[in-house]
Amino acid sequence: MKKASIIMIIGSLLLLGLFKFPLWNIMLGAPQYPDPLGMNIYIDGIKGVSEFDLQNIDGLNHYIGMKTIPKAGEMWEFSMFPKVIFGMALLGIIIGVLGFLDKVSYKFFLGWFILMSVLGILGMYDFNNWLVDYGGNLDPHAIIKVTNPDGSPMSYKPPLIGFKKLLNFDVTSLPHTGGYLMFVGMSLTLVAFWLGRKTSVKKTT
Amino acid sequence: MKNIITSSIAMLVILIGFTSCNKGNNSGGKSGALASNVAERVYVAPGEYDSHYAFLSGGYSGNVTVYGLPSGRMFKEIPVFSQFPTSGYGYSEETKPMLNTSHGFIPWGDAHHPDISQSKGELDGRWLFINENNTPRIARLSLTTFETEEIIEVPNSAGNHSSSFVTENTEYVVAGTRFSVPIPQRDMPIKDYKGNFQGALSFISVAPETGNMDIKFQILMPGFNYDLSHPGRGKSHGWFFFTTYNTEEASTLLEVNASQNDKDFIAAINWKKIEDYVNNGGGTMIPANYAHNVYDDETHTATSTMKKEVRVVNPIDVPGAVYFIPTPKSPHGCDVDPSGEYIVGNGKLSANLTVHSFTKMLDAIEKEKFAGEAYGIPILNFEDVLAGVVEQPGLGPLHTEFDGKGNAYTTFFISSEVVKWKLGTWEVIDRKPTYYSVGHLTIPGGNSGKPQGKYMFAMNKITKDRYLPTGPEMEHSAQLYDISGDKMELLLDFPTHGEPHYAAAMEASIIKEQSQKIYKLADNKHPYAAKSDADTKVVREGKEVHIYLTTIRSHFSPDNIEGIKVGDKVYFHVTNLEQDFDVPHGFAVIGQNNSELLVMPGQTKTSVWEPKQVGVWPFYCTDFCSALHQEMQGYIRVSAADSDTPIKWSLGEDIE
Repeated sequence: MKKASIIMIIGSLLLLGLFKFPLWNIMLGAPQYPDPLGMNIYIDGIKGVSEFDLQNIDGLNHYIGMKTIPKAGEMWEFSMFPKVIFGMALLGIIIGVLGFLDKVSYKFFLGWFILMSVLGILGMYDFNNWLVDYGGNLDPHAIIKVTNPDGSPMSYKPPLIGFKKLLNFDVTSLPHTGGYLMFVGMSLTLVAFWLGRKTSVKKTT
Repeated sequence: MKNIITSSIAMLVILIGFTSCNKGNNSGGKSGALASNVAERVYVAPGEYDSHYAFLSGGYSGNVTVYGLPSGRMFKEIPVFSQFPTSGYGYSEETKPMLNTSHGFIPWGDAHHPDISQSKGELDGRWLFINENNTPRIARLSLTTFETEEIIEVPNSAGNHSSSFVTENTEYVVAGTRFSVPIPQRDMPIKDYKGNFQGALSFISVAPETGNMDIKFQILMPGFNYDLSHPGRGKSHGWFFFTTYNTEEASTLLEVNASQNDKDFIAAINWKKIEDYVNNGGGTMIPANYAHNVYDDETHTATSTMKKEVRVVNPIDVPGAVYFIPTPKSPHGCDVDPSGEYIVGNGKLSANLTVHSFTKMLDAIEKEKFAGEAYGIPILNFEDVLAGVVEQPGLGPLHTEFDGKGNAYTTFFISSEVVKWKLGTWEVIDRKPTYYSVGHLTIPGGNSGKPQGKYMFAMNKITKDRYLPTGPEMEHSAQLYDISGDKMELLLDFPTHGEPHYAAAMEASIIKEQSQKIYKLADNKHPYAAKSDADTKVVREGKEVHIYLTTIRSHFSPDNIEGIKVGDKVYFHVTNLEQDFDVPHGFAVIGQNNSELLVMPGQTKTSVWEPKQVGVWPFYCTDFCSALHQEMQGYIRVSAADSDTPIKWSLGEDIE
């Protein structure tokens, strides 16, 4: 159980990587952009991959009437996410420490994982909603209007994850370092649960 | 029987293959027919980069053109000494001071010899220097921004030809005068030239960090014509060599009168000795009047300062600093090999090529073996200094470059060829016709201690054919040779702009990485910059109106301007808000008497417009910038001189 608790603590600590590294990355490449434009999504705001990428993405997007990329103060998520991540990391560490002291059972590890997964799914859902709004809620005065074959206005929503072709741009959306650290951390808490369970089962038999 | 037929057909096919290959590329046969696909060796596929940059002087265009090698593609023309309506250089208020001189504003120049800055004898890719021949000046270009950053006028000089070559750590860039003149300038009979005219050789110091130039001293030499020059390097670092012609000191019909002496001189200058002398207070400050123009990257503005004196040195006051080496006959090029030992004096009227030895020169100086003196300057014995002679290599030798492998390449104007010969043995190894009348040639790094001897290109003076005719005037041409093998191979002809004299070239790797793509708006310290639409305004100051204008795809802000009156002097200060590589915006207003502007991302430029007629006049972006480029326009209302139309400006007000 001690080993499982240490893994639980390490897993929770890995969440803190999100305070340094981006959670997600969206790249926009096109033949006339040999250096693709890109944005890194951090839990507290969006930054360009290169210094002026956001300004240049906004510049391109204004033709089709997309809103500018939100600043940190313009979305409640960017003040809430850091609190949630910090809280979950802290909670995980507390659970790990308590497990180490045999104050709580390994089942709390799973509990933490389920809670984190639910929050993560909610986060992804929220992120997707934002992408839908960002890519579809266009200025009616937009100077270029492109419609789908059925006549409906085209959405410029970037993919939640993976690759999509938007007009001439190749858009790739993938987790970034912080995101991977979080996934590894969450997996570790599952490992902790499994290890904890194994030792506990051993003890009882 | 069948076999015999088949094999003879096969033989025939092979033979045809070989002969047609040989016909096609005329290769030296060094590495066989299959390896000599010339087109492939100059082909740079779309999206790939050339391996070398070449900076060609534009001669009477006054500018520098940037080429890629081996493709021969021209990438850019950098305005230096000439107004350039393409970008507004020399027309915009910020850049007009760059062309200021003691003779006032000069809108053109005759640019000759570019040279890249060096550190420890190797090209470092920081700056490019180039001389202006007609109104003596030296310019420094940044190889980060590819812009002209500084121009210094050279007083007491006339025909700034033997420049702008730099010493091996860019301590100095020299400016030797082609024409000797009265110093100081005065009214006197021209027939009294002999003994009264002097030639100024200027040593311009270069600040190691900023590159800023300053004339450290001028050596007032006898009244010969100082044609070309090169710094010593390696063992001869600390010396500079200048070819002379007209040691006859004739002032008329020089074609004949300056070609009488069997030998002219190479002036060998121990600049370190003179530098010491000057650092210890030697030399005399004399009145002078010359412009020093510096462009600031942050204010995007040039300032011109008139300097009032210059330090001159009389060579006989510094014993052991200046010597004359006799060199046949009217030598033109003066080239020093990478080791610094050999000084090649190309006597353009001589049948042979003369090479002097630096070691022998020092030896003769030490033993004080002099043949005489000219105006107090010791003349060395020709034979004492001679390293060797390349016998009868061609007609009319001009310039020599080196490949770093012990070989030299000399151009011959009259016989129109490049001749490769070996240093030390003086034997001719190879020769290739240039098909034109050739002038200079360049090997990347060939003017440094470390040449990159893969390519050589010859720049031609008279271009009779080889391209589609374009009327009586054609652009000049360059020819690119592969010199990596024993024999030179002609790879490519490519047209050049203006009349390229010399060129400087180097591997692309260093310059490419440091090249600046935009100006950061945050660093823009232009006093009239508007860094966002909120900063835009129109301010009247008496009869002057200052318009703080911004550009971004695809509008001007403001785009409706009122309250301007006939007789006003209207300053359009245009700031480009873009922060994206290669998204300039242009600015032009109807009836503009100067030029349009091309404003780079993050930059501010100013154009003056003096409306002479009442009306509502359009202005627009001249550089296609986006899908809405054509809509990037505005109006300026001009009222009568006595009207009371108030100043007013707006953007997008009447929408919805």
